[in-house]
Amino acid sequence: MSKFAKKKDSGLPAVNTASLPDIVFMLLFFFMTVTVMKDSSLKVENTLPNASETKKLEKKDRVIYIYVGEPTSQYSSKYGTEARIQLNDKFSVPSDVGNYILEERAKKAQELQNVLTIALKVDKEANMGLISDIKQELRKVNALKVNYTTYDGDAFNNLQ
Amino acid sequence: MPRRGAPPEVNAGSMADIAFLLLIFFLVTTTIETDAGLDRMLPPIEPPTEEPPVIKQKNIFTVNINRNGQLLVEEEITDIKQLREKAIAFLDNGGAPSGSPEFCSYCKGKRNAESSDNPDKAIISLKNDRETKYSTYITVQNELVGAYNDLRNREAQRLYGRDFTGIEADYLDPETSSSLKDDLKEKVRRIQELFPQKLSEAEADTSN
Repeated sequence: MSKFAKKKDSGLPAVNTASLPDIVFMLLFFFMTVTVMKDSSLKVENTLPNASETKKLEKKDRVIYIYVGEPTSQYSSKYGTEARIQLNDKFSVPSDVGNYILEERAKKAQELQNVLTIALKVDKEANMGLISDIKQELRKVNALKVNYTTYDGDAFNNLQ
Repeated sequence: MPRRGAPPEVNAGSMADIAFLLLIFFLVTTTIETDAGLDRMLPPIEPPTEEPPVIKQKNIFTVNINRNGQLLVEEEITDIKQLREKAIAFLDNGGAPSGSPEFCSYCKGKRNAESSDNPDKAIISLKNDRETKYSTYITVQNELVGAYNDLRNREAQRLYGRDFTGIEADYLDPETSSSLKDDLKEKVRRIQELFPQKLSEAEADTSN
């Protein structure tokens, strides 16, 4: 009898969880570093239109973003309510687009420079005149692959 | 005064819980979002010396958008909901007479001699006003791309038993293995040849 009692006493040793915080912290730091809170610096309204025939924009390293829209309420007193272009963090005019693309393209790795996509994130209220100007600038610097970024949805919702 | 042993240890048992809390917060707020949109190619700027190729009027499908978002398709005011249907009818027309080298064997359209010869010749010309709203423009683009996709899906279903959009999505997916990719590439290319996307955009007009 005493033999059994002795066995029960020792039991299984508890798993040492002392390193658990370290593991969790490691994961935590990973997520903290990969989280990009870049969209917070958007200075223009950016409600994208809907479209159904979309393609996914894979591989973020080969995408250059151009934002277009009305300046947000914070900036509207200074820049007015007409749709503007935002490149990186500043408002720009169409003639800056070419240089911006060339600059961004030069920053990318050599092998990616020919496969870049320009993602146009344009507010649905913007006018086509501005977009046409941008497209013309893009053609001038031979950046021909564009993606009109949209939300997934029924395209006819845009018309309301 | 003699001290009795070491000072008591701080209880670190709840550290893991705190770390978990933070971890979950970042897990939830991280959006590894993939943007989606309509892919388009802009035409390169032609050298000024080059003469534009002569294209027969019947092979051009004109779409005009005015500043109020109204559509003029082939000189007719059209509701945007009918655009896809009309574009499909135009692309799939296959008007070239059978026996001629331009005959389109897979077209299922009306074979109207007044409309496009074959999908390879058919060109959609899109023109918009400078004051057209972007959302209208995207809707029109969406419908035109949709017309091409519908036709390509039809051919892909006939040839491979699955949708072209599905094949293409798999082909572009970085997780697809390379051997499968080669196979898909061939299929994508074949379908694209049957219905090449020929969508030309005129520069925006200020006058109308």
